[in-house]
Amino acid sequence: MEEIKIDRELDLKGEVCPFTFVKSKLILEQMEPGQVLRILLDYKPSVENVPKSMREEGQEVLEVKQIGENLWEVVVRKVK
Amino acid sequence: MSFQFTEEQIKRYSRHIILPEVGGKGQKKLLDAKVLVIGAGGLGSPSLYYLAAAGVGTIGIVDFDVVDFSNLQRQILHSTERVGKPKVESAKMTLEALNPDVKVIAFNERIHKENVMEIIKDFDIVLDGSDNFPTRFLVNDACYFLEKPLVSAAILRFEGQLTTFDYRNKENSPCYRCLFPEPPPPGLVPSCQEAGLLGVVGGIMGTLQANEALKLILDIGEPLVGKLLVFDALTTEFNIVKLRKDKKCPLCGEKPKIKELIEYDQACDIHF
Repeated sequence: MEEIKIDRELDLKGEVCPFTFVKSKLILEQMEPGQVLRILLDYKPSVENVPKSMREEGQEVLEVKQIGENLWEVVVRKVK
Repeated sequence: MSFQFTEEQIKRYSRHIILPEVGGKGQKKLLDAKVLVIGAGGLGSPSLYYLAAAGVGTIGIVDFDVVDFSNLQRQILHSTERVGKPKVESAKMTLEALNPDVKVIAFNERIHKENVMEIIKDFDIVLDGSDNFPTRFLVNDACYFLEKPLVSAAILRFEGQLTTFDYRNKENSPCYRCLFPEPPPPGLVPSCQEAGLLGVVGGIMGTLQANEALKLILDIGEPLVGKLLVFDALTTEFNIVKLRKDKKCPLCGEKPKIKELIEYDQACDIHF
């Protein structure tokens, strides 16, 4: 599988819903279409909610993966 | 976008930012917007409250009156302990306590021909929550000449009315004088002092005025241009009546007679 180039990373450890999505969205708004944002989360409900809200906004969710004991990454490509 | 929100702002405006139609960009537009509200009374109280809560960055308030016990049944910006204080001062205290992001500019003066242009000129949108015809006509004409959108509401007894005149686009918007070419003779239309008013009607119509202002700032939805919304609190019914641009309108018609501001007589004591 092709390696995804990450343009920006956002560490949201310690953040809960809805601020995980709010902060991700604010960063994504500052990025260009086509660019990729990697979000680190340690709040389990956000692992479902952030990708769901991103898709609802028309963004492309490339990956949702557990990468540690209580740590997940969500990778989103900005579409619009 | 270089604008950075503080942690507090992210929390305060999170419900706006989540909306696809608003987002951080929309919130920035709200923080940059300048809205003027005429009258800190029954209509101005809810509209000012919601504009401040929404983070409209600059809010002007015009009122020359002081808080009276008879206001408190509907004018929710004020309070019992502020009876006797200027309304603009009371309003400013309430709004700044609610949201420190908002800069409140208080005009503790009666609006008249000589100051209306100066007061309105630096604002993006004007909300009319006044309770008398001379002010309504003066504010309308000034907004028309300055090409400012005017969100107009009126309340009496159990009824409320609302419409938006978009004077940035005069060709496609009727004006207040298309609806009422001249003020009615004094005494014909009762004031709310004479006729009474269910306080909540101001709450509903003022809130709808704020909604119109927010839509205009965010450039979303459809403003209530060319439509008059009529609310009946007794039946809880909203009706919309079409408003047409009047070719014979003395202000915006084909042969306009009004080319400068007109000061009508303030027939009696006025309390917003």
